[in-house]
Amino acid sequence: MLTFDGLQIRLDGFELRAGFSVEPGTRTAVIGPSGSGKSTLLNVIAGFVTPTSGRVLWQGHEITGKDPGARPVSIVFQDNNLFPHMTAFQNVAIGIRPSQRLSLQERARVTDALNQVGLEGMEQRKPGALSGGQQSRVVLARVLVQRRPLVLLDEPFTALGPALRDEMLDLVAELVSGAGATLLMVTHDPADALRIADQTILVAQGIAHPPQPTAALLADPPAVLREYLGR
Amino acid sequence: MKRLWPGMLSAAVVLALTLGALAAVALRAESWGAFTPADWAAVRFTLWQAFLSAAISVVLAIPVARALARRRFWGRSVLVTLLGAPFILPAIVAVLGLLAVFGRSGIVNVALGWLGLAPIQIYGLHGVVLAHVFFNLPLATRLILHAWQAVPGEHFRLTATLGFSAADVGRTIERPLLRATLPGAFMVIFVICTTSFAVALTLGGGPRATTVELAIYQAFRFDFDLGKAALLALAQFAICAVAALGLRLQAPQMTSAGLDRVQRRWDANRWFLRSVDGIWVALVAVFLWTPLVMVIVSGLTGITNLPAPVFAAAFRSVCVALASAIMTVSMALALALAIQNIASRFGAGLLEATGYLAIAASPLVIGTGLFLIVFPFADPVALALPLTALVNAVMSLPFALRALTPQVRQVSEVYGNLADNLGLNGWARLRYLYVPRLRRPLGFSAGLAAALSMGDLGVIALFADPEAATLPLQLYRLMAAYRMEDAAGAALLLLVLSMGFFWAFDRGGRMDADV
Repeated sequence: MLTFDGLQIRLDGFELRAGFSVEPGTRTAVIGPSGSGKSTLLNVIAGFVTPTSGRVLWQGHEITGKDPGARPVSIVFQDNNLFPHMTAFQNVAIGIRPSQRLSLQERARVTDALNQVGLEGMEQRKPGALSGGQQSRVVLARVLVQRRPLVLLDEPFTALGPALRDEMLDLVAELVSGAGATLLMVTHDPADALRIADQTILVAQGIAHPPQPTAALLADPPAVLREYLGR
Repeated sequence: MKRLWPGMLSAAVVLALTLGALAAVALRAESWGAFTPADWAAVRFTLWQAFLSAAISVVLAIPVARALARRRFWGRSVLVTLLGAPFILPAIVAVLGLLAVFGRSGIVNVALGWLGLAPIQIYGLHGVVLAHVFFNLPLATRLILHAWQAVPGEHFRLTATLGFSAADVGRTIERPLLRATLPGAFMVIFVICTTSFAVALTLGGGPRATTVELAIYQAFRFDFDLGKAALLALAQFAICAVAALGLRLQAPQMTSAGLDRVQRRWDANRWFLRSVDGIWVALVAVFLWTPLVMVIVSGLTGITNLPAPVFAAAFRSVCVALASAIMTVSMALALALAIQNIASRFGAGLLEATGYLAIAASPLVIGTGLFLIVFPFADPVALALPLTALVNAVMSLPFALRALTPQVRQVSEVYGNLADNLGLNGWARLRYLYVPRLRRPLGFSAGLAAALSMGDLGVIALFADPEAATLPLQLYRLMAAYRMEDAAGAALLLLVLSMGFFWAFDRGGRMDADV
């Protein structure tokens, strides 16, 4: 279980508060107006932003002060998830070991992960030689080999067209379910939330609200969300 | 129809000065048979000192840039600003500052004396290299720092999530980055050092530490052997041309934009790495600050009763600097607009290359050529000041062009169609679109050009009229006459004027610039 205990983040003129838990193994969307702090919430979980007060807990253990590398988290950013000078294989391999000195077994894990996301035979390609969708698949392969229980996606597929994006979301759902991981995904598109997440955290006016069933939330949105959605 | 002729005219001026002067030199030069062993020694020394200066500057810049890229600390922005100072610092002022630290009675030797150790000698190869490192270590640091800051923040966050150590980050991110940046930085500094004259004039000399530039000057001033000077100028040109062609040379970006950003890093969050970074930052700060502080401190007594000729020289220098700044900015703007507007890509490339030609040109080669061209018709000495202003303007052009071209491209891309649609053309387009949108790079370029011209000791040394010296030349004469108190005062005046010019123009470009 991921728990925000009296969490408060203040950064010059910006404020965000959160106090709730997310059940393990669930898929949760994070939605809200731009600048409301959706990404900040993810950055606090990943350890890139230190909260002003309060605690973040995973399975009852506090992770608030830990280094990003010591957290049970893998994260996918909007851009720049891959190193352009490294092959697809290497970009995945660093998820197991930064040095890329892998055992035979670990090399097989990398290849398996690439196969699982549908990139057979593309191990030696660099990102520049892959399409946008294929690049996203490399990133997901890395998330797979990392085997971390908490997967954070920060508006990951915004550069892709609608059809490709749906395809990637379905792949993500399949992969995290297979791994039994907990998913938090920031998105600005309610359709994304409906497609992948059974519950949604609304972030607005300085507050991250506890998760609610996505369909119900979007069917009868509160005023602030209605304004954002333009309904 | 967009006008291209101002840009073409600017390109013509640059070509006339660089290639025209070269042609004049080539016609007048003696045959290669006249190249003496001493001349070969000068060629070897030029290459060797430039190699050492560039290599040391670049190697030392790596840890300094790394520290600045990953640490936030008190005084960081002051230090980053200070890194920009040596570039516009008059060479002769810097030399005086270095003499006060490393010279015969400088503070280092005083300290060594207390410890009972033998004094160090600043004249010769190591003095020349020391001065060049003083000028170019900051430049190299800035170039490498720019590259570091171009790394997307996500990459550092990603490596943090993956638990990379500092060594892992070094191998994955930093080594490829340095491999891409270092050759360019090395080449730029190498070229700058092959054409540096004032440093060789003051700290070099003698059979073992004479650069080709200095040899040209000596053939010219001491022997008035124009054929020999021309031959040496050809040799100097060959060095520059080979160096410039050896690697595609680009004028370095001199603005400080973006250098104040610090990327948060988790891999370097260890006390050992923190101390290493702290030591490098402290060392470079002391190395850069001390000579500057010495110039200011020792100049304070002298500046209050400077001899009258110093003020006359300062006035001439101010006029030259202003004229030079106006010419640089006009030529750079005209060229940048022509590069943007010319239809053929080949033409644009050619214009751009012409503008950057001066980075590999030597002022003394241009000076020798100009002398040879003017000599049959007029008294070159009488034209010393206008020619100095013109040559200075062309020498600053690459840096102004580097600051302007990307901005001109951006303004044209964003507002070009709108301006076309409104019929905003010619003069009105320049006045109501380009100049207001380009205030920052224009102010920066004017400041850079004025400061560089203010401190230049190159062409003027060739043509020098005893009655009409510029401030740097007057300062050199005071040094040569061992009038050190006056020299210190004049150095402080020159420092204040150069930095003042840069500050005023740069600031003027920023003020009320509605971005």
